[in-house]
This record gives sequence, C-alpha cells and structure tokens, in this order.
Amino acid sequence: MSISPLVASLEITPSYYLVLAAALFSIGAVGVLVRRNVLVMFMSVELMLNAVNLTFVAFAKALNDTAGQVLVFFTLVVAAAEVAVGLAIIVAIFRRRRGATADDLTVLKG
Amino acid sequence: MTVFLFFLMGGLTLVGALGVVLAGNPVHSALFLVQTLLSVAVLFLLQDAQLIAAVQVIVYAGAIVVLFIFVIMLLGVDRREALTETLRFQRPIAVALGALVLVEILLLAGHSWATGAKTTSGVPLSGGGDFGNNIQRVARVLFTEFLWPFQLTAVLLVIAVVGSVALARRSGQPVGEGMDDTSDPQEESVS
Repeated sequence: MSISPLVASLEITPSYYLVLAAALFSIGAVGVLVRRNVLVMFMSVELMLNAVNLTFVAFAKALNDTAGQVLVFFTLVVAAAEVAVGLAIIVAIFRRRRGATADDLTVLKG
Repeated sequence: MTVFLFFLMGGLTLVGALGVVLAGNPVHSALFLVQTLLSVAVLFLLQDAQLIAAVQVIVYAGAIVVLFIFVIMLLGVDRREALTETLRFQRPIAVALGALVLVEILLLAGHSWATGAKTTSGVPLSGGGDFGNNIQRVARVLFTEFLWPFQLTAVLLVIAVVGSVALARRSGQPVGEGMDDTSDPQEESVS
C-alpha cells in the first residue's frame, strides 16, 4: 500500500522512453561487438534499429508531430531490405566456407 | 496503469535484449528478439502510435524474425559458438565501449538543444483540426511531404530483392533451381 501513492504520482515523460531507447541501443551495440555469430550480430543490429524507432515515436509524441511516426516507416523499410540482403550474403558465405561466424571471414583482412 | 505498463514492458524489452546478446543458441536469441519486438510494440501503443505498433508486429515479429529462424534452420548454425578470443581483450573492451555509448547518449539527451525542434509536417499527432485517426494522419504526411522518400523506398526494395536473389543463387545457375527458395519469403514479407 505504501508504494501505490508513489506510482500514482509518477508520470511517464518522454525522457523515460529516451533512456529506455538509449539502454536498448547500447545493448545492441555491445551485442554487435561481442558476438561472433553473424546471425546474432544481425539481431543486435535490429535491436539498435528498434531503439531508434522508439526514439522517433517518443519525439513524435513529445513534439506532437506525425512526421516522427512516418520516419519509423522508412526505418522499417531499410531494416527489411538490410535483413534480406544480409541473410543472402550469409547464405552465400556459408555455402563457400561452411561456417557463419565472423572469425571465418578473417581472410578479408588483406 | 500507464506507469505500470511502461515499467513492465520496458523491463521485458531490456530482458529480451540482454537475452539476444547473452543466449548461446541463435534460436534462443531469435525468440528473445521476438519478446523485445512485441514489448516495443506495446510501448508504441502507449504513445499513440497504433499503426506503427501493428506494422511492428506484422513486419518485424511476423516476417523478419521468421526469416532469421528460416536461415538458422537452413544453415544448421544452431550450435554454440567458440568462446576463444581471436582478438585479445575484445569482449571487455566491447562492454566498456557499450557503457561509453550509453553515457554519451544520456549526456546528449540531457541537453535541451537536442530536443528543441518544433513541428515541421503541419499534421499534429493529436487534435489540431480535422485530420482523422492515427492511420489517416500518418498517410497524409507520408503521401504529401514524404512522397519523394516514399518513392525511393520502392527503388530500395526492388534493389534489395534483386540483390538477395543474385547473392543467394549459385553462380551460373538459372533462377528457379536449387537454393533459390531462400530469397522467396522476404519478397512477400516486405511487400
């Protein structure tokens, strides 16, 4: 009972969403850097894109402008195109090298 | 209620994101990604973005993650990755860099100049005249002010579909044989 007045007085401002999006983006960035599996690296990139979408929607709400939500659409389109091409690249790599980790691609370092 | 939903869904989002990064099995990562995407869809709903929330569930959770799982199953890469470090100290440095990114973003977001822009599209998200519901407002902005970028996305999607077909088929093999099935689902998913 003691916590309910605290929760009731709490108001969710856009800053809450921005902080959440920042945390999501950071987790995605760490995932890209830490993981060696290319598929999981891709999923981490999706996390970062979702964090940006969350930021767009939060600003659309805060500034009362629909354009922010329209921009999320473009992010979605780019994400879909990126996944389509990226997974095709992974399939092509896997067919040549029988492995889909970033360490298999050290031959690229010249 | 809004406060409760925000903290519940925000927590689920972060747990799912950590699961994506920490899960050893790529299939588990994909399922944690679904959890994150659905939680973010609820967060969209909390911010008057009904259309975006629906598209998030349909396109992201419905198409993109299915494509991920499809490739995982196709390639059979659902085994644990080696924990040997080819670059020394890569993981601690990566975590430190991630923490640095977080601090940077929070510092940037703390400044008022990062949030000072005012409306440019002329279509407010709520109220402000006879603009209809959320879908009608988004459509009005998309097909007037953002018409040229919208046309460019069509070009982008065509390039992506053609490129993925060209990459995924074996060289010298005519389209319609062998591994070409890998590029079919995403054509449906993005259209």
